[in-house]
Amino acid sequence: MEIKGRVWILDDDDINTDVIYPGKYTYELFSNEEMASHALEDFDPEFASKVREGDVIIAGKNFGCGSSREQAVTCLKYSGVGAIVAASYARIYYRNAINQALYAIECPEASEYVRANREKLSGSEITLDPGKGTMTLGMQEFTFSQMSGKAKEIFEAGGLVEYTKKKLG
Amino acid sequence: MGANMIEKILARASGNVDVKVGDIVFARPHRILSHDNSAAILKIFEDLGGKNVWDPDRLFIALDHAVPPPDSKKANNHKIIREFVKKNGINNFFDCGCGICHQVLPEEGLVEPGTVIFGSDSHTTTHGALGAAGIPIGRTETASVWALGETWLKVPPTIKIVLSGKLREGVVAKDIILYTIGQITADGATYKAVEFHGPVVEEMRIGGRLTLCNMAAEMGAKAGMVPFDDVTAGFLEGRVSGEFEIANPDDDADYESILEIDCSMVGPQVARPHKVDNVVAAADLEETRIDVVLLGTCTNGRLEDLHQAAEILKGKKVADGVRLLVYPASRSILDEANRDGTSSILLGAGAQVAVPACGPCLGAYGGVLAPGENCVSTANRNFKGRMGCKEDTGIYLASPATVAASAIEGMIVSPYA
Repeated sequence: MEIKGRVWILDDDDINTDVIYPGKYTYELFSNEEMASHALEDFDPEFASKVREGDVIIAGKNFGCGSSREQAVTCLKYSGVGAIVAASYARIYYRNAINQALYAIECPEASEYVRANREKLSGSEITLDPGKGTMTLGMQEFTFSQMSGKAKEIFEAGGLVEYTKKKLG
Repeated sequence: MGANMIEKILARASGNVDVKVGDIVFARPHRILSHDNSAAILKIFEDLGGKNVWDPDRLFIALDHAVPPPDSKKANNHKIIREFVKKNGINNFFDCGCGICHQVLPEEGLVEPGTVIFGSDSHTTTHGALGAAGIPIGRTETASVWALGETWLKVPPTIKIVLSGKLREGVVAKDIILYTIGQITADGATYKAVEFHGPVVEEMRIGGRLTLCNMAAEMGAKAGMVPFDDVTAGFLEGRVSGEFEIANPDDDADYESILEIDCSMVGPQVARPHKVDNVVAAADLEETRIDVVLLGTCTNGRLEDLHQAAEILKGKKVADGVRLLVYPASRSILDEANRDGTSSILLGAGAQVAVPACGPCLGAYGGVLAPGENCVSTANRNFKGRMGCKEDTGIYLASPATVAASAIEGMIVSPYA
């Protein structure tokens, strides 16, 4: 499956789950759509209203550090984000992304390139093929390693809820 | 080649004789911890077809993140959790006011050395202080463990941190871990386990060790651990009955790297906004006015922390306009502080002493910041907006002594010049 959308550049390292999904909402039982309306509220207040289906977030290293709150994945998934591309991820965030079947792609080269050319590339089109491990940005192509093993199994089941459902039979 | 702590613990929890770095194992936890997020986890548990929880005695739930609840939605959240607890016969349930999950779990003797503790909270790393592996996971994963009793893990490489030398007067575990995070950086231990060794750790009580392991999360670690010794045994006495098998590292255990820190060189430290690895010596910090002082939380809400602050605040008053908030980590700590006169000293200095809970650390209630305000805090995170307001606010992390001395001055100062 190909993902096609615009590039959203979050030009920082260590973007934490508090700025992706503020703590004051973490103990409200929100619907997925309500969560999406607060996505990245404390990082870029315009994000939630401007993001479109299939858009791809590009960020620096240690994306999703801090709190284990899973809404920091849910809010992006249901805001329409097709994939996240970062130089690296915090461990819990990466697991949460697999468990929710949202592509969290590690590609330091693409992250560095996009951040270095952010003025030119912000909002430009990106095509991403997770099955092949390739992404294209204008004339630039980048490759990334694909999921394997248990992570792949859970992702392909549609996330951990579906995976566990099957296991429980 | 011998085994290190995480290798021994994960081998045991997954029923293997030995495991090596990079192996995928299915680990069964000794406990699985959750808190106010248990209502959301329950919803996922039902979505994935869960009916009865796998083992009610392995579940641990403490209400601490919005306590007492500031609005009816959060009160209802608690109500849902109480009903679930009752229906499923979960005995290890600690209602509002008992304390913070990461304090109550060890205090109640529910952490055993050599085991895996999963927790739906990023600071589950705390429990490594007792020679266990506290491994944080997300909500969906917690729901899945409630149903299946296990989840998959990759055996991580380990960084050995050796804390050598001797602590300077007034320097505590918090200063050392802030300094260490400054060196390692916020992602320096991502996907790795950390072991704390050396004479400084050996002389440290459990309280300080809990602080070290709590903040291992802030360098990205999967688990932070201290080997079992006489100090651990002393803490567990009367708390854990029955036998447990410790998982101390072999002499020839393998480490990815070894970092030695000469603690004799470390003075009081401060992490500046908005990243935990933005660390500087308190004495070198630029002039910083403060409005709120937070003493307590799962990082530094233990009796020894309150004592350290009270020693400085005795007979003094907090500066005009400064609000000193005290959040003890558990009811038994508050009880002890009331009995030994610590609470009176804090109240006399002008403190607001709250119900044992997380308080404004997570920005949902109980003393959040106004626009333009600064806070010096003993908690573990200083992210932008973390304390409920992102407009021109700053959170500075420090030890109980530093925040106490700063409360008196109205600006951040080093407690021992």
